[in-house]
Amino acid sequence: MSAIFLLILLQLIGESIVQVSGLPVPGAIIGLILLYAILIWRGEISDEMSRTSGFMLQNLGVLFVPAGVGVIAYLPMIATQWWIILLVLFVSVCATVAVTGLVVTRLSPRGIEAVEATAQS
Amino acid sequence: MSADRLVSGLEFLAATPLLWLSLTLGAYLVAVAVNERCNKMPLLNPTLLAIALVVVVLTVTGTSYKRYFDGAQFVHFLLGPAIVAMAIPLYRHTEMIRKSASALFAGLGIGCATAILSSVLLTRALGSGRELWLSMAPKSATAAISMAVSGKIGGVPALTAVLTISTGITGACLASYVLRLVGVKEWHARGFAMGLSSHGIATARAFQENEIAGTFAGLAMALNGIATAAFVPLIVKLLDRVG
Repeated sequence: MSAIFLLILLQLIGESIVQVSGLPVPGAIIGLILLYAILIWRGEISDEMSRTSGFMLQNLGVLFVPAGVGVIAYLPMIATQWWIILLVLFVSVCATVAVTGLVVTRLSPRGIEAVEATAQS
Repeated sequence: MSADRLVSGLEFLAATPLLWLSLTLGAYLVAVAVNERCNKMPLLNPTLLAIALVVVVLTVTGTSYKRYFDGAQFVHFLLGPAIVAMAIPLYRHTEMIRKSASALFAGLGIGCATAILSSVLLTRALGSGRELWLSMAPKSATAAISMAVSGKIGGVPALTAVLTISTGITGACLASYVLRLVGVKEWHARGFAMGLSSHGIATARAFQENEIAGTFAGLAMALNGIATAAFVPLIVKLLDRVG
């Protein structure tokens, strides 16, 4: 219970900071930074927090369903240009994925796979 | 049971948020089961399948989106806490992030420019109006940011929301194939490419592949949100000067 409370509380604080400061960043991102700072300060992750975050992130996909259904309500808006939009999204997403993946792979230091393997186990 | 009682019972069901909440979770469980049956084929993305299922049910029953969202908003609401929760894997993999930081920043700069320029230039080349290419420009950033940027540069935020979610689904379905095609195998690079190009929906997909991929996808989503907010107005100004 305390883990989910902390996640919600930190988002609330994040949203409040955004309201007051007018920062162009979503409140949840501020909450993420605050939680990260707490983890550095404490130096460890509690079992409960580890389980709660693992559960939420493993099931992240379901959280986008309500917004995704909302897209359908706006389909008439793109009706006349749907093929242009599909083509542009297809090309742009594929190009961005390929370029970003290649740049990060080529420029990462040798031995990063070894770090990945230890992090996995 | 009399017909009257049946009708009033059905009306009660349609009005309670529980029904639409259950539909959302149930549709997602069915979608995950179908996806697992097909060896977790990326093209059959669970989020996409669940959206399609819910849309079919809403259409058949003549339910408005507003009524559906009254129930489903409880699921939608958890997006914020889930983003906060990403601090946990980020903290766990801090060492890897530090080691690859310069590669990530290069990827962020080049990737963000590719996302914006490829969509804007292609939309213009295909002869679309100013409204569409302005709304298209911030599509790779997470919805809260892309809509705000769109409004600021003279795009249509609602249209940008549609384009942003469509981008997320496109990336979640296709990124694995593209990365295999260009031979990118490291989890951190794969995740970073997915989160940068297609924000949260592809990040959800990345977390299902591997925790490292998910972590770097979340990181890329946050960084590209900021980079998109900074770059898009500059690129629009530049394109307007060129004509």
